[in-house]
Amino acid sequence: MSESDLSKAELPLWEIFVRGQHGLNHRHVGSLHAADAEMAINNARDVYTRRNEGVSIWAVESSRIAASSPSDKEPLFDPANSKVYRHPSFFDIPDEAGSM
Amino acid sequence: MYAQLVKTDGKGVKPLDEMTPEERVFQQRIDDDQKIEPKDWMPDGYRKNLIRQISQHAHSELVGQLPESNWITRAPTLERKAILLAKVQDEAGHGLYLYCAAETLGISRDQMFDQLHSGKSKYSSIFNYPTLTWADMGAVGWLVDGAAIMNQVPLQRTSYGPYARAMVRICKEESFHQRQGFHIMMKMANGTAAQKRMAQDALNRFWYPSLMMFGPSDKDSVHSAQSMAWKIKINTNDELRQKFVDQTVPQAEYLGLTVPDKDLRWNDETGSYVFTEPDWDEFYAVLAGNGPCNKERLQARVDAWNDGDWFREGLLANAAKRRAKQGEAA
Amino acid sequence: MSSSNQTHSESGASPFEFLLQMGDNCLILAHRNSQWCGHGPALEEDIAIANISLDLIGQTQLWLGLAGEVEGAGRSADDLAYLRDAFDFRNLLLVERPNGDFGLTLMRQFLFDAWHLPMLKGLQQSTDQRVAEIAEKSVREVAYHLERSSDLIVRLGDGSEQSHQRMQSALDELWSYTGEMLDFDDLSPTLVSQGMVPQAQGIAEAFNQHVSETLQQATLTQPASEFVRRGGKTGIHSEHLGYVLAEMQFLQRAYPGATW
Repeated sequence: MSESDLSKAELPLWEIFVRGQHGLNHRHVGSLHAADAEMAINNARDVYTRRNEGVSIWAVESSRIAASSPSDKEPLFDPANSKVYRHPSFFDIPDEAGSM
Repeated sequence: MYAQLVKTDGKGVKPLDEMTPEERVFQQRIDDDQKIEPKDWMPDGYRKNLIRQISQHAHSELVGQLPESNWITRAPTLERKAILLAKVQDEAGHGLYLYCAAETLGISRDQMFDQLHSGKSKYSSIFNYPTLTWADMGAVGWLVDGAAIMNQVPLQRTSYGPYARAMVRICKEESFHQRQGFHIMMKMANGTAAQKRMAQDALNRFWYPSLMMFGPSDKDSVHSAQSMAWKIKINTNDELRQKFVDQTVPQAEYLGLTVPDKDLRWNDETGSYVFTEPDWDEFYAVLAGNGPCNKERLQARVDAWNDGDWFREGLLANAAKRRAKQGEAA
Repeated sequence: MSSSNQTHSESGASPFEFLLQMGDNCLILAHRNSQWCGHGPALEEDIAIANISLDLIGQTQLWLGLAGEVEGAGRSADDLAYLRDAFDFRNLLLVERPNGDFGLTLMRQFLFDAWHLPMLKGLQQSTDQRVAEIAEKSVREVAYHLERSSDLIVRLGDGSEQSHQRMQSALDELWSYTGEMLDFDDLSPTLVSQGMVPQAQGIAEAFNQHVSETLQQATLTQPASEFVRRGGKTGIHSEHLGYVLAEMQFLQRAYPGATW
């Protein structure tokens, strides 16, 4: 990468997961920007743990996370509504809304 | 501020029978208090308005550091210095959380910075007022953070998941901000004659700008109605302003300070205070860029960003070198 | 212990003055770093540098608190911070250097941390229990400061052409201020011989080793000059400190006797 490219580039976004001292699972606490994984962990210590001892931090580049995408395809749109259908109001949806 | 000043696009709330099927399911989910998450389908207007609102909220946190950081090096004791620095640091953290929440909607943080720096995107008008004495650190914490908290607490229930979660975190951290401000005011109001004078002067200057933070009356605004239907705004501006006045006036009395409103009085029937509206001409002038510190505040942010170019580029160049090295090793 | 001996005498700095050195370094560097609050080159850095300042303010309270106790004249940490003039300050010239760009600030932090950590490790073994306790409390914070500043020195030194140049010129600008940290000639010899303060040599070795390793990784060139600027530890400061104090002490000076 040339330096002129870098001037437009952004520091990538990272998702931060922290496991506290009580041994529970790593939990998503938020995101931040950093040049690479090591730096993301350093920054996370300052931003999200205020440097508490005894916590374990995971950093995952946001773009590397695969997430289900309910609205991309119809077959996946249904499961996304699975929360809705448990609610009585779901049944107000008229038949024309076939795709749902 | 925050949710209070964001104009919603469109012509108000669409009736249910004019909605597309997606819109109807979407509205139903909001009505059922379900959270909308980044990958869920959402109307364009919802996305656009959220980006605008969250980024303005984030900018307000960022620019909001400046009036207070103005006094860190002059804080009168080591303990006050540490508290103020921790508080201003929190504002940076809150800005960071909010930018990240907005980023889930398909805009990057650097793009949002560009919008701030170019003046396209606004921040709360309150931060264009100067902090002139140490008592202003008290007044800002007590009044400005007090008003902010009043706005932010209901936003924890906002419909957009990442925004709501950021607000939960922010409200948790913010609880000490207002208290530290009030504590400064207590010290000043009970201090020497000079300190008392500073405290009253700070209340005089920050009272009306704080009332302006809730934005002009919007009870009949169609824009506001849409934001409320989408639950990205929970209360009207007037509701929050009234609540703020009702909460704050007794606190001023407790401090022995006088609210600079000679027509202020308690109304037994409504169980609330009657107060003088702020000067909305001044509000619009500040919004248009003519407040006492607009230029300095924005310039400080632009300078921080431009002066940091080489730093961020250097980090990226180094990360690229490391990746290349790892590639060779593999 | 000698009391209220604030001027540098032939016998060297007293325990009180040594504690002022420790506290004043933290105070002045925290002041400088806190000037970045709201102006950092990235939000994450803004937050991180504020954390460092917060640590240093906390350490200031401990060192100056103990200094006041040792002096025995009833002065609190705040009295010492806010009511002394520049010639009674005992901080290194390094920490009062102006911020410059973020690179200069980071380099100043790195050079200070590289001395501060081995110094605190040495002080953990101090024969004065109170000193050892403060060192114990501070050492973990400072280990993190050094880890972070070293990491950034390496990244920016071995980063873009521009970041490399900026870090090299920061190093060149600050190098002559490091020598003042590395000998304890200013101290009364009994402080070291009685074990309150560690031997200077071990600290200098740790400093030199860490700095040269880090600079090498950072592709930066350690300046060859052995010229050393001195003065801070004996109260002869640069012009900058007067302005730092004028700002920091304004309220206490303008409203004597007020409580805040």
